[in-house]
Amino acid sequence: MIQSQPTAATQAMASHIDPETATSDLAIRTQKLDLWYGTFQALSQIDLNIKNGIITSMIGPSGCGKSTFLRSVNRINERLGYVRIKGTIEVFDKDIYDQDVELVQLRKQIGMVFQRPNPLPASIRDNILYGHRLHYSGKRLSRTEQDSIVEDALRQVLLWDKVKDKLNKRATGLSLEEQQKLCIARLLPVQPQILLMDEPCSALDPKGTAAVEELIWELRGKYTILIVTHNMAQARRASEECIFMLMGKVVEHTPTDQLFVTPRHKETADYIEGRYG
Amino acid sequence: MTQELSRSVDLASFDRRDKDWYIDKTIQFIVFLGGISAILFIIGIFAFVTKEGFGFLFEDFSFSEFFFSPWWEPTDEDEPTYGILALVAGTASVTGLAMLVAIPFSLGAAIYIGEFATGKKRESLKVLVELLAAIPSVVWGFIGLSIMNPLIIALFDVPVGLNVLNAGVILGLMAAPIMTSIAEDALKAVPDRYREAAEALGATRWQVIFKTVIPAAKNGLLGAVLLGVGRGFGETMAVLMATGHAINIPGSVFDPVRALTATIAAELGETAVGSPHYEALFTIGIFLFLITFVINLTADLIVRGVREQ
Repeated sequence: MIQSQPTAATQAMASHIDPETATSDLAIRTQKLDLWYGTFQALSQIDLNIKNGIITSMIGPSGCGKSTFLRSVNRINERLGYVRIKGTIEVFDKDIYDQDVELVQLRKQIGMVFQRPNPLPASIRDNILYGHRLHYSGKRLSRTEQDSIVEDALRQVLLWDKVKDKLNKRATGLSLEEQQKLCIARLLPVQPQILLMDEPCSALDPKGTAAVEELIWELRGKYTILIVTHNMAQARRASEECIFMLMGKVVEHTPTDQLFVTPRHKETADYIEGRYG
Repeated sequence: MTQELSRSVDLASFDRRDKDWYIDKTIQFIVFLGGISAILFIIGIFAFVTKEGFGFLFEDFSFSEFFFSPWWEPTDEDEPTYGILALVAGTASVTGLAMLVAIPFSLGAAIYIGEFATGKKRESLKVLVELLAAIPSVVWGFIGLSIMNPLIIALFDVPVGLNVLNAGVILGLMAAPIMTSIAEDALKAVPDRYREAAEALGATRWQVIFKTVIPAAKNGLLGAVLLGVGRGFGETMAVLMATGHAINIPGSVFDPVRALTATIAAELGETAVGSPHYEALFTIGIFLFLITFVINLTADLIVRGVREQ
């Protein structure tokens, strides 16, 4: 599928998706969302309201559908080719499965961090500028403007001091923790509204995990962050609201403190106490 | 009681060599022979070619005449000259044009098979490409003679259609399948997480391929091109049939030329064994052997480098 040029519809959609003009304080809203991989139903009847500007975590045992949900919010799921969806996902009040939605514009608004750090096989500098070059290719930037974009992004992820002398070295040579921070940093110049994080710390050691968690907390308020995690302690430490999923369904969605202290459902209580999962 | 007895028997038989032991050793030896024979044959061939060309190298060989004279006149009765410049120009021009034809074809095919086609379509395309690679070169030469030749005459209004253009196109089509195959391997070796990363950042299919996949696969793609060049230098029958076989430094694609390989193929049967002409042909052989060896080795090292990454 080759992307067409931005059309009037895309432009309209791009302005529609702008949270400034959005009427509600919801970043992502789903209604009766069902999702199938071939014949296997991975999500069923998901109704979620994810608030703008806070960190929401998603927990649940392996295969409960939390990553699948995350991957359908920026429609990266569609790469697989055998994914079928019913119901709606709205991002800033716009149904992202509408015909007139351009994936490029959608993904400009929604950045994603993957489970395994996946810097591109290029220099640190080029990694940071990659997304920016895609979306702002119309204007030529001077070297100094580019430098300031790179510095700004790397400062935000607390990586600048470590890598400022090796910006032209290959990004794949960094440690995993630094790679993951770089993967977060390269989203920022595109100026997304939402950051999706799919178990961003699962490939890192405890020290790296702590550093990346600190960074995520640092970004709180500037972006709407939806983070999938295996690690319950992490969800507890690093999120404001928490969603517990089981077998493709949402069991509970409450403020994090409440979910871990006074869970409403027995399944939630059993899971956070480690009786299964 | 019996237990003790059997235990002592086991201890005593530690050095027993049963049938399986002998089978294992025999198979090991046969496999070793098979592995080493390829190397032995190559060395043997190189030694033979070198031996046959040696006499010329030490007697009639003149470096400047051999490499810089355009006159290949080994049968001149008064003063035979052995200059391969025109032959090198013939081989190089045909190979060069062949690459111009083959690179866009094979790269396009590799990108389609590797990045766009899925499932059955992809598998059947891959099989088809392998089949194309297996067409004998004499068949390609025949196509050059009987289809390309009149076509070129009709299209470009030239007297003869056996020339650089004909041979270049034929050779390009011949080299494209193997290049496609190697290039597709190189694209497939690019980890999928790079594509996912680029797509999630909002890259279009085109941008994913041209800004991420191809740069990441560039060594493998270069290896594919080099293998095509190696194939072009070594190809004999098709170029013998399609070039026109005239000793000539080409001024345009419509000039007939003669290739190094075709010269050996056409003349070797008519020379007296051990004569300077015979030995000069083997010297060309050494030269070709070295060129293709270096090209293939470079290509192999580059492709290997990709795999290790």
